[in-house]
Amino acid sequence: MTEPATSAVPAQRGRRSKRGPKPRVRRRVSVFGVLGELFITGGVLVFLFLAWQLWWNDAVMAASQSRAAESISRSWTEDVAPDPAPAPAEEGYGDPIVATAPGNADAFAVLYVPRFGADYHRTIAEGVGTNVLNSPDSGIGHYPGTQMPGEVGNFAIASHRSANGGGMHVINELQLGDAIYVQTADGYYTYRFRDFEYVPPSAVEAIAPVPHDLEATAVDRLITLTTCNPLYSTAERIIAYGVFESWQPTSAGAPAELAAMMPAA
Amino acid sequence: MYAALWRILPGPVWVRLLLVLLLLAVVLYSLATWVFPWVNTIVDNQEVTVGAP
Repeated sequence: MTEPATSAVPAQRGRRSKRGPKPRVRRRVSVFGVLGELFITGGVLVFLFLAWQLWWNDAVMAASQSRAAESISRSWTEDVAPDPAPAPAEEGYGDPIVATAPGNADAFAVLYVPRFGADYHRTIAEGVGTNVLNSPDSGIGHYPGTQMPGEVGNFAIASHRSANGGGMHVINELQLGDAIYVQTADGYYTYRFRDFEYVPPSAVEAIAPVPHDLEATAVDRLITLTTCNPLYSTAERIIAYGVFESWQPTSAGAPAELAAMMPAA
Repeated sequence: MYAALWRILPGPVWVRLLLVLLLLAVVLYSLATWVFPWVNTIVDNQEVTVGAP
């Protein structure tokens, strides 16, 4: 932009030498101008919050929950000497140990799902309130009143699909037969993914001991993962069922696939 | 509003620009550290459970 010559004196040609007040047209501050800027600022803040919630905080929480799961997993394995005479694999270890449900927000298990990533591990704590689901130490909640790992019935858990660590972000990528491991202080429980269901948020029968049949007596040992669906929406719930396959005590060590993805002791 | 802020800031353009960036950094930091975590606790747009929680 060229400035209009304010003086005819040649010595004042240099721009920096001009010190006097410039004759500038200053736009008056209008109410609508300020209001408009406030609205724009508000809009930017909303998008900033969403970015923070879905990416920044999500990543921070995921890292923190992962670390917490590592440390609790290690605390269960480091004191246990390997069993000198492990039971033959064909015979198995009999009926799994079933722990009693802990108090609210107490961590009692670690979830490993190879399909969710080789380094995926999250702590499961009792309860499905925000104190568990939004916790930097947990992220996965066990529905109170549903069964415990290895128990006949339904071990039902919930987690975020996106934000707050997104413990079940890629749940829709599970494939038939995918392993779902649950580690507790007692041992390792292996479940195999069976099928999905898409249900309304009110479908509490999905976590019944026999899903959708409140009258039936449970004979199977199931695991049920619930989270919101579609991604970034809460209109529905996606349910993933898994069927119990086997278990082994801590002293027998983790199943081979799980051992490979567990944090080094 | 923002034009006024620009006028209030002292110094030549590059100093003002630096100050604006500094202010922006402070604002973003406080949003991420205090404001957004608080909003996150009151805006529950993340229901993931079935039935009554």
